[in-house]
Amino acid sequence: MLTYTLRRIITSIPTLLFIALAIFLLLELAPGDPMAQVPLTVPPEVKEKMRLALGLGEPGYIRFWKWLVQFFWVEPLNLIDWAFSTNFADGKLRVISWQTRSPVMDIVVQRMPQTLWVVGMSYIVGILIAIPIGIYSAYRQYSVFDQVGTFVTMVGYSIPPFFSGVLVIVIFSIHLGWFPSIYDTTHQVNDWDSFVIQLKQMIMPVMVLALQTTAQISRFMRASMLDNLNQDYVRTARAKGLGEKIVVLSHVLRNSLIPVVTVIALGVPAIFGGAIITEQVFKVNGIGQLLITAIQANDLPMVQTLTFIFAILIVSFNLIADLLYGILDPRIRYD
Amino acid sequence: MTEQAPSSLADTEDEFDHSPRSQWRDVWDQFKSHKGALFGGGFFILIIIGVLIGPLVWSIEATFIDIRARNQGMSLAHPFGTDQLGRDMLARMIAGGRVSLAVGFAAMLLALLLGTLIGVLAGFYKRLDGILMRLTDLFLSLPLLPLLLVMVMLFRQPLSNVFGPETGIFILIVLAIGLTSWMPTARIVRGDVLALKEREFILAARSIGTSNKGLMRRHIIPNVMSPIMVSATLGIANAIITESALSFLGLGFPPDFPTWGRILFDATDYLQQYPSRVLWPGLAISLTVLGVNYLGDGLRDALDPRIRGR
Repeated sequence: MLTYTLRRIITSIPTLLFIALAIFLLLELAPGDPMAQVPLTVPPEVKEKMRLALGLGEPGYIRFWKWLVQFFWVEPLNLIDWAFSTNFADGKLRVISWQTRSPVMDIVVQRMPQTLWVVGMSYIVGILIAIPIGIYSAYRQYSVFDQVGTFVTMVGYSIPPFFSGVLVIVIFSIHLGWFPSIYDTTHQVNDWDSFVIQLKQMIMPVMVLALQTTAQISRFMRASMLDNLNQDYVRTARAKGLGEKIVVLSHVLRNSLIPVVTVIALGVPAIFGGAIITEQVFKVNGIGQLLITAIQANDLPMVQTLTFIFAILIVSFNLIADLLYGILDPRIRYD
Repeated sequence: MTEQAPSSLADTEDEFDHSPRSQWRDVWDQFKSHKGALFGGGFFILIIIGVLIGPLVWSIEATFIDIRARNQGMSLAHPFGTDQLGRDMLARMIAGGRVSLAVGFAAMLLALLLGTLIGVLAGFYKRLDGILMRLTDLFLSLPLLPLLLVMVMLFRQPLSNVFGPETGIFILIVLAIGLTSWMPTARIVRGDVLALKEREFILAARSIGTSNKGLMRRHIIPNVMSPIMVSATLGIANAIITESALSFLGLGFPPDFPTWGRILFDATDYLQQYPSRVLWPGLAISLTVLGVNYLGDGLRDALDPRIRGR
């Protein structure tokens, strides 16, 4: 298991490097001009100097190498400095955003809490709703509950978040006026009333994202439960006189959760991607909104870094899912 | 399943007709029993017919601006109302549906072609298997939505200059979606080809001297058609949603060129005053995708010989 883990971590490094190169080349080949926003009255030689100041004077491979060094060496050093108040990273150049001229990572750290709150909360809520639905639909297969549940998950699967988000805004914030339609990130929680306001503004984005999660995970849960319910060990458990509750909730559930847990781990990066749209609908200024504004402003270092962070998330959660499978299921041996 | 109790009128007529039943007849019989799939498929065909013959029946141009009749509700002259420039919403929905469905079909075909090619090659030739599957894994670990956004943003101008604004962006979006969604098909097809390759009929075909090309064309590909068809339906749904998402983020087609996602995006600006305008494009996207998903569900059941006939 340990050698397998080490091998997977080592093989994921070239994958990540290749992805970084692919993103870099895509941005490099693209004909967008970072000077396009500069007024026409600025003379060309000044523009040329501004281009050099952005680090665009060097050939591509040097800039790629510089970015790699900044991302993998200077940024972790800065993190260590920040955590232990040392000064390893003094005088070293960080990844600088072209829009704000400040380090990209600082902006990411500022935006992260909003995304994590909304996305993380919605994922947890989605899972908590999905698992009981999946268990009960499988236990009473083809019952009314199962039919309705399957239909609702199919609907949840098919409605894109940019429509369900807008729909809940129309219903709950325009017609009923229960919740605000815009997520206020400057809001501070310090007493009960402000907590209620925070709760109110979180409900809609969380539920919209949770609908997607619920739809996917409850389908997996149902299929996995159905696979296990017909197994011989379930008949054995019933034959030796165990109650239905123990049979279903401790024998079957524990075995059917194994594939579901890996699906949950695999879904984490996808939910960050889905948050790009939901953040746009509810005007949450998280990571997704940062990416969209960076793309529109042609801020290449920001786009490169953010896309690469998404790639790291995907690769590491794939690894986590595989390892979890090996840990949870003793039948699977990687060595 | 013909030997078992005849279930419908068609089967009782068959009792005296001992000609062998075709596989597709069995598939159709199984498909018919899935009510959701029938409804879904029927609705999808209805939408396709609607957007194809719609412009013949409803003769208002989608881009015709009648500024005096702007922001109207539902009426006989404009069944879906009009937008902020007085353009007829029904005409825009029909025109938008044409584009959205065309993008869906074209991107799905591209993804299927790529996926099938890579899957068959990886499954058939052991030499290519390792490298092609590494490539698939690599593509699966790419952050797709951010990359799609970047691709569309960066390449829209040059392609518009070459092919004109509409065709250029159509090509760009189809290419972008097709190139980022072939991986599941490739994996499924590879798995099936690996299993098929060991079967006796392949050995028999090889022993009478069939070339590799002939083997693939005559024996392998027809036998992996069913997973390909299922992923085709899922591919259409995925492509329609992705195109609408891109349009919704303002990175899709230009504003005067309606697609369902674009109409929805434009309507969100007037959400406070005219909330009903969001409903039509949103419903069109969701119901089409729902129909296609149910169709795929039914097809999966119908094409699986283990489920069929039970």
